[in-house]
Amino acid sequence: MNSEGNPIWTLAWTFGLMSLFAVGGANAAIPEMHRVAVDVQHWMTDKQFADVFAISQMSPGPNVLIVTLIGYSVAGLAGALVATLAMCVPTAVLAYFVSRLLTRSSHSRWPAIIQAALVPLSIGLMGASGLILALTSDRTWAAALVTAVAAVLAFATRLNPLWLLLAGGCLGFAGVI
Amino acid sequence: MPPDSPPAALAAPELPKSAPPSLIALFVAFAKMSLAGFGGVLVWARRGIVDQHRWMTPDEFNETYALCHFLPGPNVVNLSVVFGSRFRGIAGGIAAFAGLLGPPTLIVTILAALYAHFGEIDALRRILAGVSCAAVGLLISAVFRMMMPLIKRRDLVGLVVLAAVFTAIGLARLPLPAVLLVAIPLSIAITFVTRRRAAA
Repeated sequence: MNSEGNPIWTLAWTFGLMSLFAVGGANAAIPEMHRVAVDVQHWMTDKQFADVFAISQMSPGPNVLIVTLIGYSVAGLAGALVATLAMCVPTAVLAYFVSRLLTRSSHSRWPAIIQAALVPLSIGLMGASGLILALTSDRTWAAALVTAVAAVLAFATRLNPLWLLLAGGCLGFAGVI
Repeated sequence: MPPDSPPAALAAPELPKSAPPSLIALFVAFAKMSLAGFGGVLVWARRGIVDQHRWMTPDEFNETYALCHFLPGPNVVNLSVVFGSRFRGIAGGIAAFAGLLGPPTLIVTILAALYAHFGEIDALRRILAGVSCAAVGLLISAVFRMMMPLIKRRDLVGLVVLAAVFTAIGLARLPLPAVLLVAIPLSIAITFVTRRRAAA
């Protein structure tokens, strides 16, 4: 943990800034969260980051709540609250003003162009998330195989994702991974 | 909708919409959607807003979602604010935001405390390792699902931009703000030029 300066402030400006750069949603910001939390600030280890991701995927609510878990591990209850609000409030305020602006001038074609331009960007970011998380989670061949099978099943079938997470948990408990 | 069809206001093919929600109704509705939404709230948001409460038509929902998708930050959080404020102003936006984030944040915070206490127990570590392997698989499948339209359209420019961002962030591990400050203007410029060429 960074001893100089209050960690609460570090959380606030880190996630407040990230909020405005999180093109494509929370899952697209995972590489940046990993870079900051593990490589730059040393808030957690690779393994803890993978655990936190797993917990956030298993819990109800938006995926963005991974920042609540990161915040808690840095500064307890206050950290959890500050990280969550920092990640959600700036972009929510922006969304409020942009939506009011756009309902007035809905005939411009710029929103459509910007949107089309951002789609490949956000897919690229999510792909990078997948790669970074695979590198942190899949330490063995068996683990990589579980990831691959889950990816194929989720892509090809309409199976409820919760079953796949549950199956992963059982395989982990059985010591396969 | 085909381009020559009459405006939706005249045709009104959808079921009649219900009255605008109260602040408490907004809070409760978003809390319910959020708590039901394991692995993504969007599906439940559509179900609640369009099918169950009929606060929006499917088209209105798609438009609102498209706006929230191109804004930065968590999409569903943006959606809650835009949706709530459309009906009840700033207070409505805050009610929907609080409903979406309040209850699940409480649950996740409890899980975080449990993890802090029991995270070192061997059985739990193994279970979490297994869950995260499967969760990564889910994320990868979502990426491929989103890529399919680009591949089907043979959108070569889009795929090159996608690969460039993937390389910069995933392989080179460059900071996100720096990458986006280059990639966003570039991508918008390319999209603008290719569209003009396609139109000409």
